[in-house]
Amino acid sequence: MLSVTGVSKLFPGVKALSDVDFTARAGEVHALVGENGAGKSTLIKVLTGVYQPDTGEVVHNGSPVRFTTPLQAQQAGISTIYQEVNLVPLMSVARNLLLGREPRGRLGLIDFRRMHREADEALRGLGIRVDVSRPLRELGVGAQQMVALARAVAIDARVVIMDEPTSSLEPREVRTLFDVIGMLRERGIAVVYVSHRMDELYEICDAVTVLRDGRVVHTGRLADLDRLRLVSLMLGREIGEVRSEGLTKFTGSHQAAAEPVLRAEGLTIRHQLHDVSLAIRPGEVVGLGGLLGSGRSETARAIAGALPTDSGRVSVGGAAVRTGSTPAAIRAGISLLPEDRKAEGISPGLSVRENIALAALPGLSRFGLVDNARVDKVVDMFVKRLRIKSAGPHQKVGELSGGNQQKVLLARWLAMHPKVLLLDEPTRGIDVGAKAEVQSLIDELAEEGLAVLLISSDTEELIEGSDRIIVLKDGVVVDELTGDAVTEDALMRAIAAEPSAPSEPADLPASPDLPASPDLSKNVKSAGSAHD
Amino acid sequence: MTTGTTEADMRPAPVHQEPDKIDAPTRAERFSALAQQHGALVTLLVAMVAASLSFDTFLTGDNLENMALSSAFLAVVALGMTFVIVTGGIDLSVGSLFALGGVLAAWGSQYGTAVALLLPLAVCGLIGVVNGLLIARSGLAPFIVTLAAMLGARGILLAITDEGSKTYLVDKDSFFATLGQGSLLGIGVPIWITVALFVLGAVVLRLTRFGQYVYAVGGNEDAAALMGAPVARTKITVYALSGLCAGLAGALNAAWLVSGVTILGSGMELEAISAVVIGGTLLSGGFGFVSGSLVGVLLLKVIQNVINQIGSLDSAYQQVVSGAFLAVVVVAQTWLGRRRRVL
Amino acid sequence: MTDLTLIRGQVDRERLLRLLQEYGVYAGVVALLVFNFVFTSNFVSAENFRTQAVQVAPVLIVALGMALAIGTEGVDLSVGSVMALSTSLLSLYLGYGPWLAVLMAVAGGIVIGLANGSLIAFLGVQPIVATLALMVAGRGIALVLLPQLEDVRDPGMASLGSGDVLGVPYLVLIAAGLALLVAFVVRRTTFGRQLLAVGDSRPAARLAGLPVRRVLIVVYACSGALAAVAGVLATARLTASDPTSLGNLMELSAITAVVVGGTPLSGGRVRIGGTVAGAVLIQLLTTTLIKHDLQPSWTQMAQAVVIIAAVYAARERGKR
Repeated sequence: MLSVTGVSKLFPGVKALSDVDFTARAGEVHALVGENGAGKSTLIKVLTGVYQPDTGEVVHNGSPVRFTTPLQAQQAGISTIYQEVNLVPLMSVARNLLLGREPRGRLGLIDFRRMHREADEALRGLGIRVDVSRPLRELGVGAQQMVALARAVAIDARVVIMDEPTSSLEPREVRTLFDVIGMLRERGIAVVYVSHRMDELYEICDAVTVLRDGRVVHTGRLADLDRLRLVSLMLGREIGEVRSEGLTKFTGSHQAAAEPVLRAEGLTIRHQLHDVSLAIRPGEVVGLGGLLGSGRSETARAIAGALPTDSGRVSVGGAAVRTGSTPAAIRAGISLLPEDRKAEGISPGLSVRENIALAALPGLSRFGLVDNARVDKVVDMFVKRLRIKSAGPHQKVGELSGGNQQKVLLARWLAMHPKVLLLDEPTRGIDVGAKAEVQSLIDELAEEGLAVLLISSDTEELIEGSDRIIVLKDGVVVDELTGDAVTEDALMRAIAAEPSAPSEPADLPASPDLPASPDLSKNVKSAGSAHD
Repeated sequence: MTTGTTEADMRPAPVHQEPDKIDAPTRAERFSALAQQHGALVTLLVAMVAASLSFDTFLTGDNLENMALSSAFLAVVALGMTFVIVTGGIDLSVGSLFALGGVLAAWGSQYGTAVALLLPLAVCGLIGVVNGLLIARSGLAPFIVTLAAMLGARGILLAITDEGSKTYLVDKDSFFATLGQGSLLGIGVPIWITVALFVLGAVVLRLTRFGQYVYAVGGNEDAAALMGAPVARTKITVYALSGLCAGLAGALNAAWLVSGVTILGSGMELEAISAVVIGGTLLSGGFGFVSGSLVGVLLLKVIQNVINQIGSLDSAYQQVVSGAFLAVVVVAQTWLGRRRRVL
Repeated sequence: MTDLTLIRGQVDRERLLRLLQEYGVYAGVVALLVFNFVFTSNFVSAENFRTQAVQVAPVLIVALGMALAIGTEGVDLSVGSVMALSTSLLSLYLGYGPWLAVLMAVAGGIVIGLANGSLIAFLGVQPIVATLALMVAGRGIALVLLPQLEDVRDPGMASLGSGDVLGVPYLVLIAAGLALLVAFVVRRTTFGRQLLAVGDSRPAARLAGLPVRRVLIVVYACSGALAAVAGVLATARLTASDPTSLGNLMELSAITAVVVGGTPLSGGRVRIGGTVAGAVLIQLLTTTLIKHDLQPSWTQMAQAVVIIAAVYAARERGKR
């Protein structure tokens, strides 16, 4: 139905896709999986005409095609359902469904009765019953997604691409969605399904393609692949592979103090986190494991006050920190290096100097006047210590390389003398050399007594960098790996564990600190949100 | 206001449905939707009842006719503005275009009614198209583009009137003058024309495909583009419409005054925007209706009338009241909009 | 080959636009000065320079506040109305002495600014919309307080409007002083740095723990205060309070000065030097056209073209 062969896509500095083959067949639900940066999004964008491939071709219905806009792809029968619904929330359901194809009567005016009838029929065909004259925004997210689906089907889509469709759905809505997907399959529509939820994949998908680092590492029938194998393919680690020391710049474990400096208890955010608790001791690096969308970033953001929680407590050094307030968290000594460095971390238009001094400014000024000499001293010290390479302290941060941007951010927070550092994907998108530098820096900081929370999609980095790993799945802590249990095997097993039957203790390396069997029934209720 | 600035905006909006009532809006939502749609109308009725109880002179034929006539021209401008605001834009040039349209019409009336009408429409429509092109194709901010157009149009106006010193007169006996001065069934022609235009505007916005695109572009521009709506064309068209409406309103006004008065129209863009917003159209776009704008214009004019009737009060109070109205409506819209936002 | 030349062409064009945005305004001022030196009679005279400077002073002061608002990716449309309000308050309280009157006028501006800032910072109303409401209401309040033009006979005010030090009018001194002060605030104070960070990337500023709301409120309060000061000075110069017309279209002139001066509408940068030059440029442009017997109509059209050119140049850079 729709296939790509030998597709490569190059972005400045990164090869997002290299020589990828992918085929979606009629009447088949094809899972497309991979971790951050594996190239899923790029592949979808190539399929839907957002990007044009550098090499290779897209073949649709047997003939090569070249879409230059998403609209062209859509007109050719390729529809995409995004996680954030791409409709107009203020318009009615029927108008959304039939925008641009409204049935018209006399004088070319829209025939609303027919429009409502047609919309209603289209939705009923998918088993949805809503009042089509109501504004779309009054519907639940799931129902909105159904409308998007109905629109796709109504414009004669032959291929439907779903990008994390269930990330904000209630379980009941997920069921409806699956019924609809089943219906699409019967109608001979090819479905490409992107999700990180193992359970869903195994429930509805026929085939699977695993991407890693821009390459296809596996493609075939999903039934032939067990969960553990799938996880190991995604993470790029072999089961039982000997733990190879020295691949990253991390040195062994750290001497941690006895009392935790950071305690987070019962963090809960509807749809995202459920009762997540963790504690970090000074000098300790705690990793947050789990697949994309498992609630890793949300946990860090909740602790840093950047995401309001429904319930839960955070304390630093025994003193409670007001949740939901970034300034309060920062005052308490919690610093967050956000996942999206460009959008939320750096101020791209400001200079290196200003970026470093930004958070610490009140402390570096007298009577509201910036003490330039002290700023220069601090900036100078960090530029040297973190080896920030720039044309000078007055260069705009937006013009630096990713690694140097990250170092500038680290410097910004270190200038605040934090007690707790939350690092969300600190080495993503930065080149190998800078990556090693950042990694050894994390080590150094922990040795100096900082408590570090490390989030990384790079398993190697996570395993070797962390003293302990807390494993999240669908917003729930499912496991904690300590001591010798901090291995890739154990991590993958914890992630791949079936929800109904928690991984048997026998599968895991013996560990005295293993928490009591976590309550996995919560999984179903709380859904993790996803960032891609 | 989609580009809102508070921390609340950063939070993911609460997903607010009960599992069992997937599409039942809450009572607060229903109320806010009702308030949005009919708040202005209710206020207008209350204001009119209060005014007629307080002043014997309010509910007289003359007074009503006067109010209606003075509303008519602003209403036509507000009609075009409604389209622009529903796409999420703003047009600050309408005041200048109104004045320019009037002068062009008065000048053109010496060559006949057709010229008197077509000339202002052509020129003001063209300026609207230029606005639209700069906004839609070059991606410049609507407010700054139309601000510049406001200056430019005023410049053109001054240039053709010998720096504002020359006033073109309309022949009182011409057919063009009857468009402003005449009456049909005892009601002034401009009022008929305004009503007809509003019916037409309502049909276009509600019942045509173009109207759907206008809503879609204002509601979610990216989604509209993905759904195949011609975004740039829609934007250019609404600014052209706004220019046409302003030019036509100016021409009718000139016919009514039987002269092209050069100093008119300053501050009219504010009145028109106020009327549209008070009438329930979201300034952030995607929601609104032309009937609301008509109600908004009438409400402004009733307030003005009442303030005039009180006599002891200066007409400046009208600005205070409409400014306060605007502030209240905008705050309410922002607040309600935030509560209702989904995803 | 064609590709390469195309790319080179693009790079050159980009560089040109960038240079234009950075230094175009200064070049424009110099060009107009040279033109006038050569071709305009009676241009080179102390009296003429004095007149020009006095005329530009109020616009410049308003533009300083506008530059701050635009630096946070906002805009303040209410400045003209604030000038009107300030002249009304000044007139009303002049009986209690000029100092109290000026104080009240400036306080009025600050109140309007605080209202703007609160709408924007706490309720998340778009700046353009929030300040629009106060633009409408502000002039109304001014007219309610002082329904018609009133002469200002206070000797103190009169000397403020026409007096000078060593030939430099008070008005110009005050404007220059305020420009230096604002430049200093932007460059050297914590607040100034935070302001730029808020305008550059609001999510980043928020995650860095900056007091985003406080910054926004103070910015609009400053803008209100500066507009009120401009209102006081304009009143002193005219020796009359005219809330009907004072400050009309001032928001336009101020935005023009800021934008032409190279401050991008997208925030994160405030160029005070450019803003001063921008105000001077518009003033010179008007003068030049008038002195060469071109009518005000041409000035307005020219101003429109200059605005569009300035935002267009800024856009090309921003898109990069």
